[in-house]
Amino acid sequence: MDYASTTKVDPDVLETMRPFFTTYYGNPSSLHSFGREAFDGMEHAREQVAGLLGGKSDEIIFTAGGTESDNLAIKGVAYLNKEKRKTKGPHIITSAIEHPGVLEVCRHLEKQGFSVKYMPVDRYGLVDSAEIERSLSENTFLITIMFANNEIGTIEPVEQIGKIAHDHGVLFHTDAVQAVGKVPFTVQKCHIDLLALSSHKIYGPKGTGALYIRNGVKLEPIIHGGGHEKGLRSSTQNVPGIVGLGKACELAQKRMSKDITHLKFIRDRLISNVLQIEESYLNGHPEKRLPNNTHFRFTGIEGESLVLLLNDKGVAAATGSACSSKKLQASHVLLALGLNPVEAHGSVRLTIGRDTSKEDIDYVAEIMPESVAHLRKMSPLWNR
Amino acid sequence: MSPLYSEKVMDHFRKPRNMGEIKDADGVGTVGNPVCGDLMTVYIKVKNNIITDIKFKTFGCAAAIATSSMITELAKGKTLDEALKITRQDVADELDGLPAIKMHCSNLAADALHAAIKQYKEKKGIS
Repeated sequence: MDYASTTKVDPDVLETMRPFFTTYYGNPSSLHSFGREAFDGMEHAREQVAGLLGGKSDEIIFTAGGTESDNLAIKGVAYLNKEKRKTKGPHIITSAIEHPGVLEVCRHLEKQGFSVKYMPVDRYGLVDSAEIERSLSENTFLITIMFANNEIGTIEPVEQIGKIAHDHGVLFHTDAVQAVGKVPFTVQKCHIDLLALSSHKIYGPKGTGALYIRNGVKLEPIIHGGGHEKGLRSSTQNVPGIVGLGKACELAQKRMSKDITHLKFIRDRLISNVLQIEESYLNGHPEKRLPNNTHFRFTGIEGESLVLLLNDKGVAAATGSACSSKKLQASHVLLALGLNPVEAHGSVRLTIGRDTSKEDIDYVAEIMPESVAHLRKMSPLWNR
Repeated sequence: MSPLYSEKVMDHFRKPRNMGEIKDADGVGTVGNPVCGDLMTVYIKVKNNIITDIKFKTFGCAAAIATSSMITELAKGKTLDEALKITRQDVADELDGLPAIKMHCSNLAADALHAAIKQYKEKKGIS
């Protein structure tokens, strides 16, 4: 129940990757035939990724993951706009609920003299596109807003934001790590210039990701070296990983409508069952929501305790996001919704996937009330 | 199995000792900060300067619950002076250690016990 954290590699993906470890193990930059096979596998993957996004294969750069793709997109654009630092901002517009892969990059750029505006969100986690338009300055060169939030699953009005960006001659980047394969869209329709995706969230291998870069958009590389990936990402490509990502994208495209129907059925059943619990609430948007995401809050209890109790009963849940569990602060996403720290600490995320069955979530709905009740009994914040 | 916590922490988390409240407690101590996600209350009954009963209620992570449970075991039957000597480190040691990140925020049980004893002493006019 933690598919938003990572997924199991699909058997077909694994089979596609296998020969690229020992048979087609050549360096795709080599001229001999070993290199050629690796090169062809990689270029096929580029087409598969582009196919899922509705882009062209020469608009795809392979990276080591979603966070690296976000770094390359945002820093790559910012470093070409260094002279803008002397001008009045905001230079970059983002949201308060981004994944750290975007948020921390923006904070880093602020230290280097760029000005960043962090758009607030409403109580469902939606940014207001009209407010973004009002926040633009003549020196804004980048808007970076996530496609869908990794904690609460809210899907942002990406198409409107992309249109605003293009109407004003501003580049639009989106961290689509959670949305790819789960939300039908194309980069064309959503006016996307740059898009980060990750392989291991869509039943591909870990350590591989991609950045979509619309033709004509210029970036400064952040990794220098032998000039791989059109000079934007030096380092010999992780061919097996890339081939796996390609296959995962192909499968995601083929299965998307089936996946979405299944996930929504499971998700909505889980939500309605869990919300039977007294003083339980759904965080995030009731409709504009990833088909695989549920995120609950229970008055009087703390999320980590609930996650551990559920783990004892064989259910893997998360407190907000796996990244936040190493920190003690309440999730920045939940605080941005206007929740107080106690409410934010009392939240858990349950995310489902292709393999989640109706029986699985019925079991979760069955054990949840007793786990919540157990923790409430010992809570000084629950006196009922 | 928990990648984060010792077996002892998990045991106290799963089966907390002396959980609940004492309605006619002689001393009550509440510490913590809900902002960090931890809040605990310790209730004590005192007879002849000895802690005869102790209970707790805690909102927080597994470390917060386990330390609360452990402090009740450590303090029960002790004199007030002995109980005041129990430190945060003692609680952590008895639990076979806590993750470094939890030592500060969630390891509040000794403070809650000391606060309960302080309240008892103030009520009785003992300094």
